[in-house]
Amino acid sequence: MGKPSEIYFMATCLADLFYPKVGIAGMRLIQREGIRVVFPQNQTCCGQPAYNSGYREEALDVARSLMSCFPKDIPIVVPSGSCAGMIRHQWPELFHGQPDAQNALNVSKRTYELTQFLVDQVEIELDDLGPSITVAIHTSCSSRNEMKVASHIESLVSQMKNVTVVEQERKAECCGFGGSFAIKQAEISGAMVKDKTDAIGKTEASKLVSQDCGCLMNIGGALRKQKRTIEVQHIAEFLWDRVYETG
Amino acid sequence: MKQGNTLSDRINNSLGKAQNRQNFRSAMSGLMEKRAAQFPDDEKLAKLRDRGREIRANSLRNLPYLLIELEKTLTENGIQVHWANNSFEANQIIVCLLQQNDAKSVVKGKSMVSEEIELNSFLEGHGISVLESDLGEFIIQLADETPSHIIMPAIHKTKKEIAELLHEHFPELPYTEDVDQLTQSARKILRNKFNQADAGISGVNFAVAETGTLCLVENEGNGGMSSTVPPLHIAITGIEKVVEKLADVPPLLNLLTKSATGQTITTYFNMISRPRQPGEKDGPEAVHLVLLDNGRSKIYGNSSLQEILHCIRCGSCINHCPVYVQLGGHAYGTVYPGPIGCALEPMRLGINKVGGLTSLCTLCGACEQVCPVQIPLPKLINRLRAESVLRRADYTSLIGAGSMRKPLESWGWRIWKWIYRNPAIYRVFSLIVTRTRELIPARMGRWARYRFNPKPARRTMHELAREAGFDNE
Repeated sequence: MGKPSEIYFMATCLADLFYPKVGIAGMRLIQREGIRVVFPQNQTCCGQPAYNSGYREEALDVARSLMSCFPKDIPIVVPSGSCAGMIRHQWPELFHGQPDAQNALNVSKRTYELTQFLVDQVEIELDDLGPSITVAIHTSCSSRNEMKVASHIESLVSQMKNVTVVEQERKAECCGFGGSFAIKQAEISGAMVKDKTDAIGKTEASKLVSQDCGCLMNIGGALRKQKRTIEVQHIAEFLWDRVYETG
Repeated sequence: MKQGNTLSDRINNSLGKAQNRQNFRSAMSGLMEKRAAQFPDDEKLAKLRDRGREIRANSLRNLPYLLIELEKTLTENGIQVHWANNSFEANQIIVCLLQQNDAKSVVKGKSMVSEEIELNSFLEGHGISVLESDLGEFIIQLADETPSHIIMPAIHKTKKEIAELLHEHFPELPYTEDVDQLTQSARKILRNKFNQADAGISGVNFAVAETGTLCLVENEGNGGMSSTVPPLHIAITGIEKVVEKLADVPPLLNLLTKSATGQTITTYFNMISRPRQPGEKDGPEAVHLVLLDNGRSKIYGNSSLQEILHCIRCGSCINHCPVYVQLGGHAYGTVYPGPIGCALEPMRLGINKVGGLTSLCTLCGACEQVCPVQIPLPKLINRLRAESVLRRADYTSLIGAGSMRKPLESWGWRIWKWIYRNPAIYRVFSLIVTRTRELIPARMGRWARYRFNPKPARRTMHELAREAGFDNE
């Protein structure tokens, strides 16, 4: 497909309420590449929370409302592997047998996770102006296993010449977020995020970057609770800060 | 189901066992590394997994015909076939066969299907002594426990625990924590029993319809001994284990051993094709196969769940599961733990009985990535979640469908839907959440037991985007 002239940006419900700067950074990164960014004000959520809890009727209603925000045949960019994965890979199942199944398929096919879009479609090249820093990368499970774009965040970070990347033990293991899993199985989730933060704590990293706000909310919240000083940041904000907000 | 306690009791119990958790962590890490070392070439692995999937899909597509053919070829080979609808029937068939042959003692090769029907306790109830001959199963039997993993049943035990266990049951043996000596001791004990046993019982990895061959994969030689030394051999397996032809076996075997234990091939691979023939010096005089349904045909009839029957029981999904590694197998409370258990057991036993297992999954997808036959486990587990809270169950639904629907939770989702499907209502809702951000406590709820609660932003992305001049359409 190559570089499009315009795209839709999907905030995700989590980023909308908790991490709006992530979305703004993502949109600006795309805009700087000469692409018109459309942010449909009627967007809310992809339906994933209900879908993963088994409430498919409810998920379908919400997904349908979101779908109506993307009428034009242009890419939809999502700053989250799990929300992008929901639209790209789960919507076909969710809408299966529905009158608008074909439309859902059409929307799902033009949905991209942000780092995937920046690397594969935009072929973005960024100049790092930020200070030297050591970071660890957490590739979210949905980016890795569902969207299969784990290498994209790594290639973007590798464009940052003042950034040293360190690898935490069991890098590919789930952090224990899993949406409602963190509430329903709070004790297991707690044990998982403890292992994850311990592994990150053993590295020299002063910052953890990821492409999913869910993982960052989980890992970041646990790091703070444990009084560790490692910061967490979404890749969009991380790149924007280093390339356009420094100096 | 073991023990009368609840799933959450078992979870808390498992999480509290620090030593066990360490054992699981190091064992699973080792298994993951070994598997990865066996599949260095991604492209070749992808091709092999495609082949594996194709073979299993073909077997399932033709399952009824293949089972008929299997019965025919086995019978021609002199292996008697018995069909069992459920555990009760399977146990009855086996105990009758043993009684007809006046068998009082049985040695067993490892078989998860025999765990499924709780064969050991049934036979013991009928005065027949049963000895597990797989080393792991032997240890578990001595400890009076159930397997914590389908391939490595005693993986939760340390060598010290095993040493103490053997010493307690066989005080005549000198106490040692040396692994080689422990293995030798067990070998000696078991070797005697093989010679004395009246019958051997084993599982089956692949049953070949074309040739009437029962394939048995193992590392210790105990499977071969159980199926050849005693005068009577009874094999038991699930109906889904059939494959069409002998040529289907090598790719599956390759996938199985590499995925399970990271071995290029196991030490032994037995192909059982007939009982002892006149003039032959060894082998059992009679061989029987019990084909068990136990809920499988019901799963087979559900096209959206059927793929679970592709499973070849390698345990790779378990080895790579981030939840299993925290808990170990006993917390699940079912015969099959880990991702395969979370998907298979509610289908087999009913959602009303073990539907809670579907919550033991973050949907991270690690299992699906390593499944040698590409079973979409997260998708199946997610479908089961939908089935568990179904509003209206119909004839296609699983047993217990809808039984986990709770009024409060379903109302919660209804309110969520009301907010999120209506942009105007959402705008008001998000305005309230962001403007009352200071009121949200940092340490409330289950989430905050291990983390700080996130604080809503001052303004939503909708507002910031508008302000920054991003177009609405």
